[in-house]
Order: sequence, then structure tokens, then C-alpha cells
Amino acid sequence: MQNRYPLWKNILILVVLALGVLYALPNLFGNDPSVQLSSSTTTKFEQTKADEIETIIKNSGIPLKSFEFEDGKILARFNNTDDQLKVADLLRETKGRDTTVALNLAPATPEWLRSIGADPMYLGLDLRGGVHFLLEVDMDAAITQAEDRYYNDIRSALRAKKIRYQSVTKDNGRIKVKLKTEQDKLAVVEIMSNDFRELNIVEGKDLTELFASISENAQKEIKKFALAQNMTTLRNRVNEIGVAEPVIQQQGDNRIVVQLPGVQDTTRAKEILGTTATLEYRLADVEHDVQKAVSGHAPIGSRLFYEKNGQPILLKRRVIVTGDQIVDASSGFDQNGAAAVFITLNGIGAKKMGKMTQKNIGKPMAVVFIEYKTETRMVKGKKIRKKEKIEKVISVATIRDTFSKKFQTTGLDSPQEARNLALLLRAGALAAPVDIVEERTVGPSLGQDNINKGLMSVLVGFVLVLIFMAVYYKTFGLIANVALGFNLVIIVAVLSLIQATLTLPGIAGIVLTVGMAVDANVLIFERIKEEIKNGNTPQSSIFTGYEKAFVTILDANITTLLVALVLFGFGTGAIKGFAVTLSIGILVSLFTAILGTRMIVNKVYGDRHIEKLSI
Amino acid sequence: MLKNEIDFLGKRKIALIISSILIIVSIISLIANGLKLGIDFTGGTLVEIGYKKAPDLAELRSTLKDSGFEDATVQNFGTTKDVLIRLKPQEGVSNVELSSKVLNAINSKATEPADIRRVEFVGPQVGDELAEDGGLALLYSMFGILIYVAWRFEHKFSLGSVAALFHDVIITLGFFSIFQMEFDLTVLAAVLAVIGYSLNDTIVVYDRIRENFRTLRKGRSEEIMNISLNQTLSRTLMTSITTALVLVALALLGGEIIHNFAIALLIGVGIGTYSSIFVASPIVLALGITKEDLMLPVKEGEEIDELP
Repeated sequence: MQNRYPLWKNILILVVLALGVLYALPNLFGNDPSVQLSSSTTTKFEQTKADEIETIIKNSGIPLKSFEFEDGKILARFNNTDDQLKVADLLRETKGRDTTVALNLAPATPEWLRSIGADPMYLGLDLRGGVHFLLEVDMDAAITQAEDRYYNDIRSALRAKKIRYQSVTKDNGRIKVKLKTEQDKLAVVEIMSNDFRELNIVEGKDLTELFASISENAQKEIKKFALAQNMTTLRNRVNEIGVAEPVIQQQGDNRIVVQLPGVQDTTRAKEILGTTATLEYRLADVEHDVQKAVSGHAPIGSRLFYEKNGQPILLKRRVIVTGDQIVDASSGFDQNGAAAVFITLNGIGAKKMGKMTQKNIGKPMAVVFIEYKTETRMVKGKKIRKKEKIEKVISVATIRDTFSKKFQTTGLDSPQEARNLALLLRAGALAAPVDIVEERTVGPSLGQDNINKGLMSVLVGFVLVLIFMAVYYKTFGLIANVALGFNLVIIVAVLSLIQATLTLPGIAGIVLTVGMAVDANVLIFERIKEEIKNGNTPQSSIFTGYEKAFVTILDANITTLLVALVLFGFGTGAIKGFAVTLSIGILVSLFTAILGTRMIVNKVYGDRHIEKLSI
Repeated sequence: MLKNEIDFLGKRKIALIISSILIIVSIISLIANGLKLGIDFTGGTLVEIGYKKAPDLAELRSTLKDSGFEDATVQNFGTTKDVLIRLKPQEGVSNVELSSKVLNAINSKATEPADIRRVEFVGPQVGDELAEDGGLALLYSMFGILIYVAWRFEHKFSLGSVAALFHDVIITLGFFSIFQMEFDLTVLAAVLAVIGYSLNDTIVVYDRIRENFRTLRKGRSEEIMNISLNQTLSRTLMTSITTALVLVALALLGGEIIHNFAIALLIGVGIGTYSSIFVASPIVLALGITKEDLMLPVKEGEEIDELP
């Protein structure tokens, strides 16, 4: 029988539509202004902490919409942004040093929807407001820094081996070593190929000369390190600012994208991203009582510090070595198979470290991570700039042996922690300079404007098309309109499901799809009209209409998809958003316009005798 | 030929003249005036601020001038309460701090602080890259289309469709050049979308031409193509109208940021509709399309199978 879908096909279509409605649903609930608290240390919050915070908020008299504690994170929802900001300020004042307070717009999705993984669409920065930075790591500087290190190392290596050289100079990206005899040179080549594997050694024309340059592989490594270091540092700093959903991503070989949704004060964000960090090695003071120091009576010659987990610790005031004496750090395993970090010091650092450790075997030594940042704060309507020094003890370990140029730090919990520490050490000590090469900030008022305007244009465009189709194609037009409605719903559902970022151009993509989605139906309906004009029966006209239009629809849409793919491939942020919605729109429209309308047409006209089609 | 059919291909000479004029004017303007590139491509700083009351632009300008921003352009954006300030990339000045300095300068004299709506800073090197990537994207999509159409249809069609696309792109760019409308990343995306749209139109027409070449027994190429164009005409117009409807909504209601994007698409859709009828098909005809070009290839193997 013509124009009848088998039951499974009808069910399949209905299931897809139902899922579409279900997963599009979260977008109707909007957002709650909320405050998110998380631990800034490695230990997660306990229930007691959550209770404590809840009491603070309740005592303040600010109405709390809901309070959630999950996975060590606290989320307090409020009725409006005023309440949210008041509470955030309050908590920032009263918080312990272990708490990060972030403003967030938490989706007000009901629990049952969240439990099936249904979340609202992820809004791009142009819609929710926030800051987007593109940072470029100065790779030339990273390489130059490495060259300087090798230059120093080669000189000290020659001195250590008691080889007399005429000169060691930097020569256009290479290090030129001039020796006194050819024999010396051969000895140096020998040393270099053993101890400086990362260098390419070329013998000069002059028999006593040789040139060393950083090999291509080593250069690649240096660049990779520079990028990884900077990303780690940035990630740590962003965590300190308290941003709910930050994005820190590598882009290309030497760039980093940082997106901070909801952050309005770019000046402050720039300050924080631009802070410098360093490291210090200090001996721990085990002779004195830590608790006394906590209550304000630190012994002379020692200072109170805090560990990662918030534990207080006394360290000697005298610094053994500082971060700028660290030339490299890498992670690995010690001879017992425990996670370790291998550190390389420069000549001066090595000497100091050697002396200090020789005298203090068996005593604990601490690594202190130091950040300098300038912060601008509003105090009583006035802006106050404050330079802040933040110190954190990242590792405490017992000295087992006399250290020299290269040594290892053990006592770490896992290889992961070792990797992080190595990165931090490198990050603190040798981060290559970064430049902000692109900045896009969208204020909250514009973000909301963009959402409103986007919604309005989708709505108006949609209604115009609905009216036009209904007038022109009558019953069939109405059917196409139902399909168009579902098309919109499914696009939203897919965007919500894959959590693609919705941007303003993305909304434009949806609007455009609405216009183009009817194309498939227009093709089909025109074909049906033609068939009727050619004297075919309504039933067979419907059948051949759908049949013949199918190939055309496919061809036409594949080419558009092709363009959307190119757009996606080259696009940055906003353009990508457009490409994503356009491609999803095309694919979804194929489903709704062909299968969806056919199902309804079959229900309305199929399986019975009809004289005339309302088309 | 049927009564109410339009002889599209008979008017191809007129179309050729119209298209030639449009293209020549566009190219001349592109060479003479160039495109008014946005900061996405040129690099620079852009600050959009909002006031509760319409501010005095002249005053803002002089404030900025006094603070050392001589090259700042100040204009209203969308409404009289919104102001857009543009700064060219400056050498030797930390671009990062530029936007903050501008804001400080403005707020230092104003009684009511401005609401920051948008800050964009694009470094010159990033701008160059975006421009280059954009050009490449255009070329890649053209190339991809050339291959796809040649594979699905025939190389004459593929040349016809790409020629029509160049036609559309050049005229759309020409429009932006003649009226000196700002050309930024979103407009580039629109131009690429125009390629997709216009191609969609062209493919539908080609599809029908191919079908008719295969099914209609008699008739010259020109007649068959005319029949095909007439058969697809109402579809071509219908789709263009619905798309144009939503684009008008977008242009009028979508806000200033998306305005030029919608305009580019509107022009593109108009030109694309015209070109799929008056450019893409005449070129295929001029290249000497014949029925044989489109006959389904008979596989050699099949003949052998039929041998006893």
C-alpha cells in the first residue's frame, strides 16, 4: 500500500522527536545567580565546611534559594544578582585561606532532567559576558634563555674538566668555543657529545674551533615545555581568581586561549594573568613549636608558612636557593621506583645547595612557591592597588645526601604530583614571557542584549516563515510548519546534548537554517504539484514527489555541509559557532523535512482514496 | 514550448551584460576603495560603551584627544546611547593596557561612568593571520565544490557552478566595498555561507537539467535547460523568499553586531538566486553541454555478461 510507513519507522520518528523535546527542555528554566565555593588546596571540602558556610549565609539574612553540596563543591543559589554579589563579598571576607569563591550562573534545571544528562546549551562569551584572551608565548625568548643556560653550562663544564679555552661566545644562535689546541677540541667534542646531547656540535674551519647549537628536537622540547609551563601557571592563577567555568586551551604551537566567563573586570584579569612566580628552597625549623608561631610568636630566624593542605610549618628565614637558580626540572622515578622530581641548578645555586645539604643531612627541607600579584580592589568606592606576595609550601622532604648541580626531590604522593611539581618548578622559574595578542570582552548588559535580540530575530523569522508556508502550501504548508517547529527543537536539543558553544553568529546560523530548512519541503511540494499537473493521482504524486526530490535534496545539502565544514575547520570562536549550528541545522532539517513531514502526510492522506490535495 | 514558460536562456545576453557590469564595477571599487576591514583583520582596539543618556560625542572626542589618543574614532553604535571607539594598532605602546587607558580617560571627566559593553583587541599579527585564513577558507571551499560537482555531475557543470560562485562572491564583496560597510569576521562567515546557499540553488537547477537530459527524448540543449529552469523556478523563488524573510528579521532585530552579517547574506541570497538561473546555466550551455555528457555510463562488464 502506498504512503504508509511501517510501525517501526513511525515509532522511531516519534522517539527521536520525544527525545528532542526532552533534551531541549532544560533551556526553558533559565539560570540562577549563584556562588560557587571550592577548595583551593588539594583536599576537598567536608560536609562540616558546607554546614558552616550554610550557617554564615543564613545568618546574614539574605534569602537563599537553595544550597547544594556535591563532590566537595558548594553551590548556593539566589533569587537575584544583588543577593549573589552580597553573599560573594561576605564569603570572600570570612573565607578561610583554603577557599575559592566564584560567581556562577548555575542552570536551574530540575533534578530529574539533570539525572538524564539534560543540560541547557552552553552560552558563548558574547552571550553570557566575559573575557577572552589569546596569549602568545614568546618562543624566541624561551630559546634565548636556553641558549644562555647552555652557554653558562659549557663554560663551567670546561672549567670543571680543567680544559683551558681561549673563548666561549654566543654567535648568531650558536655557541662558539675556541680552544688552544686541536687535542683540547677533540676532548671537548667528546665531553659535549656525552653531557650535552641536546646540542648539535659542528667543528669549525679553524682546527681549534667548534660550534654548538640546540638541536631541532631539543628546540621543540623547549617550546613544548614553555607552553606547558605557561598553561599550568595560568590554570593555577585562574583558579585563584575564582572563575566558575574557565577555559584554558592550547591553540596552535605557541598560543593559549583563556576564557573567563562572567569576569567583567579585564584590568584585574590581566593583572592576575601577568603575575610572576618563583621558588625558594628553605630549611625547615624543627626545633621550635609551630603552634606558638601560629598564635603570633615566631622564633627569631624562622618564619611561619602554610603547606598545600593548609597545615602550618616553620621554615628558616635564610633561603638556600631561589627559583632563578633552577635551570630545569623534570619528573620521573628514583632508584626505588618512587615518584621523584629531578632538578638542575646553575653553578652558584649548586655550590650553595651543596654546602647547606652537607651540613643538614637528615633534616627536612621545604620548597616554597611564591607568586607576586597586583590586585585592584574597590574599597569604599575607591580603587586601591595592592601588591600581594603569596607563598605556599609545595613540598617538604628529608635531605638524604649532599646535593649538587642535579638532585632529586622525593616524598611525593604520585607520579602525577611529581609531574605537576616539575611543571610548577619550571613554571615558577623559567616561564617564557607571554603577550596578550587578542582580547575580547563582552559586558553583561551586552550579553543579555545579544540573547534578547538573537531570540527575537529567531522568533520573528520563524513566524514569518510559518505564515508564508501556510498561505502558500495550505495543508502541506501546515505540515511543513510542524516539521519546522520540531526542527528548531531538535537543533536546540542537539546543541544542548553535545554542549557546543552557542554564540551570536551561532544564533544567526539557526535563523538561517530556519529559512533553508523549508527548502527540502519546498522541493518536495513543488515536485508533488508537478506530478499532479502531469495528471497523476494524488497518492502516486505524493509518492513520486518525495522519491524524486530526495536525490536533489541530498545533493544540495551535501554541498552546503561541505562549506560548513570548511568554515568549521578554519574558524575561530564565533565563526565556529556559526558553522556548528549550520551543520546541525542542515542534518536535522533533512530528518524533519523528509521523514517528519512524510509521517504526517501519510497519517493525513495515506492509505485512503483522495480526490484532491490541499497543496 | 509551453505558454507560460519564460525563455531564460534567450535572455542570456542581457544577463551577461548585467553581470559583467556588476562584476566590473565591483572589481574597480575593490581595487580603488578596497574593503573597509574591521579590526579582526587590521588589528587594533575597539571599545563599546553605553550611557544612560546620549553622550556628547564631540566632548568624548576632545577628551580622548587630550589624553593622547589622536587617532581615536568615536561614533554612535546602534543607538545614540551607545558609543564605539576605535583605535589603530599602535607601535611601542602596550596594546593590552590601551583599552584600560581609554576607559580611564573617558571616566575621568564624565559625571556618570560609562558601562563597558565590549572591548576587543586584536594584535596585528593575529589580524594578518585571520585575513590569510579567511582567504584560504574561501579557496578551499571553492575547490571542494569543484571536485564534488565534477564527481556528482560533470566537469562542465562544475565549472559553471564555480563561475557562478565567483560571480556571487565578487559582487557581494563589491557591495561592501562600494558602500564602505565594515567587513569583519562575521561578514566573512556570511560570504562563505553565501557560497553554500548559492550553490544549493545551482545544484537544484543542475539536478533537474541532468534529469531532463536523461528523460526527455527530443529537444535542443537550450530547450531542455529552459524547461528545467522553469520547472525549478517556483522552488528557487520560494526558498529565496523564506530565507530572505528570516534574514530581514535578523538584519532588523539581530542587533548591530550581526547587522552586516545579515546584509551580506541578504545580498548573497539575492545574487545567488539570480546567478543560479542566469549565470550557472548559460555557462554550462556555452561550454557545449550535450545529452551524451550526462548519459549514465554503460559499464563494459555488463556487455560481456550478456554474451552467451
